Amino acid sequence: MTVTTVHKDPEALTMTITAEFDAPIERVWQMWEDPRRLERWWGPPTYPATFVDHDLTVGGSVRYFMTGPEDDTPRGWWRVLAVEAPHRLEFENGFADDAGDPDPSMPVMIIGVTLHAPAGGGTRMAVETRFPSLEAMQQLISAGMDEGMSSAIAQIDDLLRSEVTQP
Amino acid sequence: MYNHMVVGLAPPERADRLFHALADATRRDIVMRTMRGEHSVSALARLYPMSFAAVQKHVAVLESAELVTKRRRGREQLVRGNVGTVQDACALLEQFEAVWRDRIDRFGEVLAGDQPEGAQT
Repeated sequence: MTVTTVHKDPEALTMTITAEFDAPIERVWQMWEDPRRLERWWGPPTYPATFVDHDLTVGGSVRYFMTGPEDDTPRGWWRVLAVEAPHRLEFENGFADDAGDPDPSMPVMIIGVTLHAPAGGGTRMAVETRFPSLEAMQQLISAGMDEGMSSAIAQIDDLLRSEVTQP
Repeated sequence: MYNHMVVGLAPPERADRLFHALADATRRDIVMRTMRGEHSVSALARLYPMSFAAVQKHVAVLESAELVTKRRRGREQLVRGNVGTVQDACALLEQFEAVWRDRIDRFGEVLAGDQPEGAQT
């Protein structure tokens, strides 16, 4: 498996990550389609995810919670916008309140997944994350830090230093 | 370097101004040009099919979003791009990149150790 490219567009507020897997497209799709597989990779090891609802149909609802080291359980949700197995999945992803319902005070991002099988074999997966605004992005990131993403934050200083010419 | 993003993120009203400022093509162009070198407002005004006052207004929006800084030299106002602010948007995306890189790593590991359907007993 390799992450082949990461494309960030600070003006459009999108980030697209592309990876190739040495597995048939159907098995890569299962990683999204099967909640038991999904929860093995969605959350970081310190905040494993448990999916309680998982309806991958258009308009369908997905709900999950994560379990933190201090028994904190941040909750999240998806609303499925498009699904074409095994090629495409698009959904809104947001934070939920303690009852598991979408938290209206928190912004929502849109995640688009595209899978395709190149002629040489394997599967290529592109995941695009789109943010409604820079403010939303900041809000999501500060909330994300509670979900154990703080290890990512530690890298910023270096990244800021290396990122001299933009965009 | 201890950046505000590391310690607690910019206040939302600042992000609002930033996003609003970057939502205009002329203003983005001004940012790009003034990042490469200092420009006077009158030199910028000659670049766009609009009045000096209109360009001055764009510069003011950029200045309040901290995307450019302005200084006076004689009768001229010189505008310089503020690289740090543009980097903030990039840095925020970097954080999400790290989150997704970790996810993709785990995705690959689970997939590699996964039994294909039908091979399970």
